[in-house]
Amino acid sequence: MDNEVKFSAESLELVKSIIARYPEGKQKSALLPLLHIAQAEFGGWLSVETMNYVAGLLKLEQIEVYEVATFYTMFNLEPVGQCVIEVCQTGPCMLNGAGEIIQHISKRLNIKPGETTADGKFTLKTAECLAACGTAPVMLVGDKYHENLTTEKVDTLIDEWCKCGKSSHTNPYKD
Amino acid sequence: MGIKILTEHILNPELHKFEVYRKTGGYAAVEKALKTMSPDGVMEEVKKSGLRGRGGAGFPTGMKWSFLDRKSENPHYLVCNADEGEPGTFKDRYLMEFNPHALIEGMIVSSYALGVNDAYIYLRGEFFYILRILERAIAEAKEKGYLGKNILGSGYSLNLYCHPGAGAYICGEETALLESLEGKRGNPRLKPPFPAVSGLYNCPTVVNNVETLALVPWIINNGGDQFSQIGVGRSTGTKLISASGHIKNPGIYEIEMGVPVEEFIYGDNYCGGMKNGKPLKAVIAGGSSVPILPANLITTTAKGEARLMSYESLSDGGFETGTMLGSGGFIVMDEGTCIVRNLYNFTRFYRHESCGQCSPCREGTSWMEKILYRIENGDGRMHDIDLLFSIQKNIEGKTICPLGDAAAWPVASAIRHFRAEFEEHVTRKGCWFE
Repeated sequence: MDNEVKFSAESLELVKSIIARYPEGKQKSALLPLLHIAQAEFGGWLSVETMNYVAGLLKLEQIEVYEVATFYTMFNLEPVGQCVIEVCQTGPCMLNGAGEIIQHISKRLNIKPGETTADGKFTLKTAECLAACGTAPVMLVGDKYHENLTTEKVDTLIDEWCKCGKSSHTNPYKD
Repeated sequence: MGIKILTEHILNPELHKFEVYRKTGGYAAVEKALKTMSPDGVMEEVKKSGLRGRGGAGFPTGMKWSFLDRKSENPHYLVCNADEGEPGTFKDRYLMEFNPHALIEGMIVSSYALGVNDAYIYLRGEFFYILRILERAIAEAKEKGYLGKNILGSGYSLNLYCHPGAGAYICGEETALLESLEGKRGNPRLKPPFPAVSGLYNCPTVVNNVETLALVPWIINNGGDQFSQIGVGRSTGTKLISASGHIKNPGIYEIEMGVPVEEFIYGDNYCGGMKNGKPLKAVIAGGSSVPILPANLITTTAKGEARLMSYESLSDGGFETGTMLGSGGFIVMDEGTCIVRNLYNFTRFYRHESCGQCSPCREGTSWMEKILYRIENGDGRMHDIDLLFSIQKNIEGKTICPLGDAAAWPVASAIRHFRAEFEEHVTRKGCWFE
């Protein structure tokens, strides 16, 4: 990694305010929120260096951070594309065509679920029930839900992401 | 259509703003409770209301509250379970997105009743945008004096915080949720001790679902007796139903408990009937964990009575011929649906979400997934069907938390009601559905 893993002064303020939400000595509670922020700010994934940095901020053993980061599916433990697409593949979405949507994206980007395009632009992930079954099929890109998906809608969205040059990695605490 | 408690004003696009919510009568319950009622008085009304937990278990809320170890000198906590993840369920997301102050008001009144000064909303990780909606709403409520120190000059203080999860279905189980809120892996705890005695940070804790807490203000404003008169029998009040699958009008419906299931599926005010012109085949009535029922048993009980949308009526006949209201995740399937493929999908889900602590669940879910895969894809053997049934039987009731049961029941019920379809998959060497 080119950049040093260190939060900006602004993010450190945010971190402080989050730790203060929990009782004294229970700063470990801030681990999930901090990992979300770290993932968004350090390239969309959690490197060992990033996890160690978070361990230091919370005065935890490094292993305590690893064991948590490996449990939760939202944390990426390998580099991801600039735009991470997560398509729901559970029951109600499958009843309404999620399989076709996943196949379509796979074909269009030439990657399987779990993979990243060679240009580092897109990662395709499958997700479990995203709690939007009434508007199935559904996918999540960053913090945005895209619902009632069709292959046309998905194509338009991918076209937009191809052009925009932005990243979908989202800090939940920033608009 | 009946009374609407949670969704009466939900189509107002500005309802998420404090002032707009206030104009619809919002925060009146906080004023009433803190200024005119004792904490015990609030609890009494909730007991009288007959309100039952809306997350899925249907346990009486007032009774759950009464278990809280109030003599303990440790702080008491209220934690809202907003980790909505049960497949087929999307009501809490809807409620928090469009009516966040109802939850906040419910948490203030409930915290007051429970003697809680710090409360948390454990929010599903994928709901980043809802985290922002809730945090803005909490900030507004605080600014107006409804949260923080000395609320409305009553001497009562409450801090309310949001806490994002990070993608783990198991954290919807209340003890896994508490582990996760403490910054650990979401491994469910052995019970006892129950959270009411030793919960968050080993302190007395109540965990309630979003919808449950959001119903409390109406109960305080109108009285528990009034609430208990809505609905049918011990299924009091209204219930948010998440309707999905092969129906014309999927979405969230706030119903008075007791609406006939047939009317709910075919009525124009509700799901509007089947969407592809194919007849109804089966329904999963309460989220993916509850037993699936074929068309004839979902609309009428085995005794031939009309089946109603209520805890008692849906479970009439036990697991032989009934199911459960669960979380109200109502998944409708038409004749074009392959029961085996659908079950494979859900079993894969439970295998993925098993935390891995208990062998029956960790191993059993992955065995069931493999067997279902081979039946669906043409490599099934006739004795696989009995093998599946035996595996689910050996998971049920043998795990620390109910995820094991949740994985077992769909398998048992699919075989019970659709055995011929499994057998045909074996004899025809695979699936013939589109």
